[in-house]
Amino acid sequence: MTNSVPVEESKKNATPPRLSVWRAILNTLAVPVLALFSALVLSAFFILISDPVILNAYKNFFTDPGHALALSWQVIANAYGSLFTGALGDPATMANALRVYFATGETKDLLVAFWPLSESLVTSTPYIFGGLAVALGFRCGLFNIGAEGQIFIGAIVAAFVGYSVPGLPWIIHMPLTFLAGAVGGAVWGGIAGFLKARTGAHEVINTMMLNYIAFRLADYLVNGPMKRGGAAGNIPISRDILDSATFPAFFPDPIRFHMGFFVALLIAVLVYVFLWKTTLGFEIRTVGANPRAARYAGISVNRNFVLAMALSGALAAMAGAGEVMGVNHNFAAAFSPGYGFDSIALALMGGSHPLGVVLSALLFGTLRSGATKMQSIASVPIDIISIVQAFVIMFIAAPAIIRWIYRLKAEGGVQVILARGWGG
Amino acid sequence: MAPLLELRGMTKRFPGVLANDHIDLTLEPGEIHALLGENGAGKTTLMNILYGLYHPDEGEILVRGNPVKINNSAEAIALGIGMVHQHFMLIPPFTVAENVMLGAETLQKGVFLDRASVSKRIRQISGEYNLQVDPGAYVKNLSVGAQQRVEIMKILYRLSDILILDEPTAVLTPQEVQDLFKVIRGLAERDVSIIFISHKLKEVMEIADRITVLRNGRTIGTTRPAETNPAALARMMVGREVILTVDKKPATPTEPVLQVENLQVLDDRKQLAVDGVSFEVHAGEILGIAGVQGNGQTELVEALTGLRAIAGGHTRILGKETTRATPRQILETGVAHVPEDRQRDGLVLSYPIADNLVLNSYYLPPFASGVMMHERAILATAADLVHQFDVRTPSTQALASTLSGGNQQKVIVAREFSRPIKLLIASQPTRGLDVGSIEYIHQRVVDKRDQNCAVLLVSPELDEIMSLSDRIAVMYRGKIMDIVQANQVTREQLGLLMAGVKERMKDEK
Repeated sequence: MTNSVPVEESKKNATPPRLSVWRAILNTLAVPVLALFSALVLSAFFILISDPVILNAYKNFFTDPGHALALSWQVIANAYGSLFTGALGDPATMANALRVYFATGETKDLLVAFWPLSESLVTSTPYIFGGLAVALGFRCGLFNIGAEGQIFIGAIVAAFVGYSVPGLPWIIHMPLTFLAGAVGGAVWGGIAGFLKARTGAHEVINTMMLNYIAFRLADYLVNGPMKRGGAAGNIPISRDILDSATFPAFFPDPIRFHMGFFVALLIAVLVYVFLWKTTLGFEIRTVGANPRAARYAGISVNRNFVLAMALSGALAAMAGAGEVMGVNHNFAAAFSPGYGFDSIALALMGGSHPLGVVLSALLFGTLRSGATKMQSIASVPIDIISIVQAFVIMFIAAPAIIRWIYRLKAEGGVQVILARGWGG
Repeated sequence: MAPLLELRGMTKRFPGVLANDHIDLTLEPGEIHALLGENGAGKTTLMNILYGLYHPDEGEILVRGNPVKINNSAEAIALGIGMVHQHFMLIPPFTVAENVMLGAETLQKGVFLDRASVSKRIRQISGEYNLQVDPGAYVKNLSVGAQQRVEIMKILYRLSDILILDEPTAVLTPQEVQDLFKVIRGLAERDVSIIFISHKLKEVMEIADRITVLRNGRTIGTTRPAETNPAALARMMVGREVILTVDKKPATPTEPVLQVENLQVLDDRKQLAVDGVSFEVHAGEILGIAGVQGNGQTELVEALTGLRAIAGGHTRILGKETTRATPRQILETGVAHVPEDRQRDGLVLSYPIADNLVLNSYYLPPFASGVMMHERAILATAADLVHQFDVRTPSTQALASTLSGGNQQKVIVAREFSRPIKLLIASQPTRGLDVGSIEYIHQRVVDKRDQNCAVLLVSPELDEIMSLSDRIAVMYRGKIMDIVQANQVTREQLGLLMAGVKERMKDEK
């Protein structure tokens, strides 16, 4: 019975193992990297048409093309140049500051020179949490666009627990505050999960509506019961959280880099372990990969919908809690520049995998952080970054476009077509 | 007369595999030529080359005596070659005429679709080739047999005279198969040539003028039905003697394992699909449920495995009431379920084979303790099962999607049979599989029966039911017509029961 067909039927991979690991990495990185590159190129066009000086120069394109093109190049170089230095810092300034520090021990220049880099890390932190949240949802086949609302809930709850429980040591108060925020988000996300399990209602609708409820709830609280008042008057801002509830910064002002970044990385590792090393994670991924087969194998699809949405909500809420505990130390209206919605792009770009999410979050945080400088120095509207982001999402959603433009080979090559088949 | 189509020395390589190895094939005008071979033999690759989807590494194609290069399907169609795939490529919300003209639309006044002339042409072809097709019908309302005729119409509409049919009978009832054969013979009489790809030996013997057998990418031989028989063909396909009937000892049934009492189950449209069904399956016997697909068998199996709610009646497994049990509870009682759609319900194609092998036991020791899973134990068990059940794969980490249909089914069988089971429910376990895999699965099912397991076999293939079952129950419109001993019933009697005719059989014996 065995071995009636010779072994060459099995596909022997001709490439040696180490080479194929590199090839696998390149294959996975190819599309996101080229997507970003293409997005930047296309966004350059928008930078140009938003600049009145450039538009003017192009009016005379046929009489003086050199001028228009030279000016275009100058504007784009200036814009992306300030994006880079705003995001990571000016290498020259940084080298200089290091020299000063080693010569005299003066830290002032050092802090100023490395501020852009630290800001990028600070901005990346909530993106890591948000990206993980949406990614975990995707792994269960759920589209959590309620991350933004869950972030607000996490921030509000964390702020409340942060300022209203005095007398606790930091080692207790800090994790308590963070977890309280996470639990708030778990409940918020869990509502949508429960509705889907019970009634089949689509999570896209429910999480979106829960977003608005969260925003209005936060508005009400911060204009009412949670308002600081006093010297702040009618400003919609809460009391400051106690020192025992903060994520401490490691360096003096103006560097805001705080412990939350490392918490985010730790959570990313935990999400990886959860999804790929535990039975609960196995169930969630199976429901996402093939809900019918999951049911046939005895897995409860409904229970996993609720669990996945609750965990997703908790992760998103951690972004809000992290901002309150590490950056603002209070809750203020409109504190989030849309972290929750950007997280959707992040999760897509990261392939819904914790490692990919962390890398994408670092990238996005860096871009966002640099964009403010791009706006102040090069007068390029900060919305250009949203355009970059939109193009990235578009290219990731339709990778065939990237593959066609750059003539990449299709994923997996022809092997996939060969092996699957009705009759061989 | 020169052959209509000639393939000389066709060779196609993929990384690590020689899919077609210098294959020669000729096709005469008006000939029905069957292409026979196991999964992985190279039949679909060869046809994909002919249809322009792949480019050959070596070899020539001659159409009507002229060498040609076929770079894409448009060029193939222009040469008169048409292909009907196993999975139809029709648009259900469109009418037949719209589907037929898709890609070759005729226009009036430059911009507007000319449905009238398309319908006229369709009726013309219908009459000429005796292909019953209604141009105004919506595809979603058509039966599978009728949809297949629409696919054939698409090809004739484009003036093709070489028709490639890929596993056309896989989705048809016995009656529809005969209708299709009538159509094919009619086309051949009008000088349309047909390449008929199949696994099914009996059908190929019935319909083909010539049969070419492929194995491992090579032509093994070309013969005529008059000069061969199913056993010889099977030997050519597999390379060794294949036992086409199952060798089994008489059953020695013991206590009842599955007891079904007055079961009533609703289908998705809230109609009664299972209407008061009662039967028992004992340990050590195989009860086969025969019947044309669509008479409630699917709903019955779903109810027994906890995947569908039971509207009335009771089910008991090993004495325990399971009418309201969840799928997991039923699995834990010692039930194995081999589902009828292996890719949709039995496997997660994007998972590695190892994960698929523990799909319903991942939470039990040794694969997990508490919440943490033990990857090493899973891989060790996977390697063991793959070896034991002869699953052809380079690695247990390979994705299930890379396996052929037969090997995918072996993974499911390996998973289910390696659990401590008392009841096996197998739904169409050999659907779409090649002769070698069918032989293997049938033998394992009989082995399980001999290990004192109770087996409930559901299949629309009468041959399979008759060769495996100890007792046979026939389902028709949600009811069991009769339950008979397999060795005391003829094929004709079963056929009548399947058609709903309940004779007084007992008097006639």
